[in-house]
Amino acid sequence: MIGQALSAGKYAAFVWPAYGVSVLGFAWMIVDTLARAHRWRRRVDRLERSKEP
Amino acid sequence: MFSALANPLRFMAFSRWAAPLLGVLATGLIGSGLWLGLNAPPDYQQGETVKIMFIHVPAAWTSMLAYACLGGASFVSLVFRHALADAAAKAVAPLGAAFTAIALITGSLWGRPMWGAWWVWGDARLVSVLVLLLLFVGYMALRASIDDEARGARAAEILALVGLINLPIVKFSVEWWNTLHQGESIMRAGGSTLAPVYLTPLLLAGAGYAAAFGALWLERIRAEVWRRRATSLALRAALA
Amino acid sequence: MSVLTALLRRELALAWARGGGALLAVGFFVAATVMLPLALGPAPERLAAVSGGVTWVVLALASLLSLDRMFERDFEDGALDLLALGPLPLEMVSAAKCLAQWTVNGAPLAASAPFVAVALGARLTTAPMIFAAAALGGVAFAFLGGTGAALALASRRGGVLIAVVVLPLLTPPVIFGGAAVANFTAGLPWATAITLLAAYALACVALTPFAMAAACRNAQS
Repeated sequence: MIGQALSAGKYAAFVWPAYGVSVLGFAWMIVDTLARAHRWRRRVDRLERSKEP
Repeated sequence: MFSALANPLRFMAFSRWAAPLLGVLATGLIGSGLWLGLNAPPDYQQGETVKIMFIHVPAAWTSMLAYACLGGASFVSLVFRHALADAAAKAVAPLGAAFTAIALITGSLWGRPMWGAWWVWGDARLVSVLVLLLLFVGYMALRASIDDEARGARAAEILALVGLINLPIVKFSVEWWNTLHQGESIMRAGGSTLAPVYLTPLLLAGAGYAAAFGALWLERIRAEVWRRRATSLALRAALA
Repeated sequence: MSVLTALLRRELALAWARGGGALLAVGFFVAATVMLPLALGPAPERLAAVSGGVTWVVLALASLLSLDRMFERDFEDGALDLLALGPLPLEMVSAAKCLAQWTVNGAPLAASAPFVAVALGARLTTAPMIFAAAALGGVAFAFLGGTGAALALASRRGGVLIAVVVLPLLTPPVIFGGAAVANFTAGLPWATAITLLAAYALACVALTPFAMAAACRNAQS
């Protein structure tokens, strides 16, 4: 099954870069989104803590 | 259901479990879709390049879904003056642009071995997606170039709605244009109906991409909500 | 009625005074079209084959000129606030501005288009169709361009930003107009294309003023 899945014959030069681009695109979306969420959540926590006393 | 999401606190509580859940769902759907798709036999006409269809078509579908969401969120924001809807609109654009870019690049790689050209103007969907990318870019450029956040949000909303109304016309015009140039237009490989051995993985991957978009969108809205809260907290601290 | 006439007269005068009026747009149009044979080589068949399409594209680009000053001057000197408070709704004011833009900018361009196309090698018999398509397309360009100009008001950036925002929206009229000219030239049925173009232009006239007025109000508050 793996053999069939990974065989792209003469089109390999097109198929695998296409998958690569998709992986990169997803990776960027995921990393950027999670980093943003993390950064701003930390900022809010820090600001809320500093205004307590 | 939407009124439950309208309240920011309820939204944050909802998205806290909904986003990861959608993420897991996406992984499962995309994984199974691609597994089946990669194992499908090479197409009669396309050979192994049919493997690209499973990552190109879902990306194109999702890019259009993203624009519909942009339009919807912009409409709600414009009509109900809801800050959360505006945050949702702002959050969608970069994701939509990314899916659009993925669709265009994979589409180009799919077209090259089949029709000998890196770009195929005869493909109505590809051209529509290109226009979609320009619409996303225009939206983000407009939003970024206006310093006043509230004004920028408003202008961007109006643009999103103008674009949304225009989009079906763009799609129609491109498809119609293709029927005119019948001689030069390209028949979609496999014809209009797709064999189940290809259709099932395609639908699975499509659903998976949509779920991934949903997860990422929710998470990005959360980030935006926190950003606004941080900004107002910092402002209050500075004025105190 | 007289209020509307006064407004139209004002907008026409402003549009004419703006950046050299029609001369600038037509000058740009001709200058840009000259680039094509210089780039492509003088082979007449090749030029003739693309003459319709190129004329159309450069026309769309030339329509973008002087767009940024459509609302900006009034916005900066406070006249827009007065217009907003005046007897005519802001939607109608916006429509009047676009109509003036088309009269001063779009119509002269439409008149020059057949000359330019024929110079590139298009057949003389196609001239009326080129004029018709350019005139109708120009209406769509003026109203959509006005929408971009109004949206960009809040950014003070104008120019390229308006172009980036407006160009994807111009896709349908460009396709319909281009198809009308191409089909007419090839002797194929062209009625559908020109009807679609006319319908699109009318839809722009009817709908975009609402977007423009909303965008103006957004920039004012």
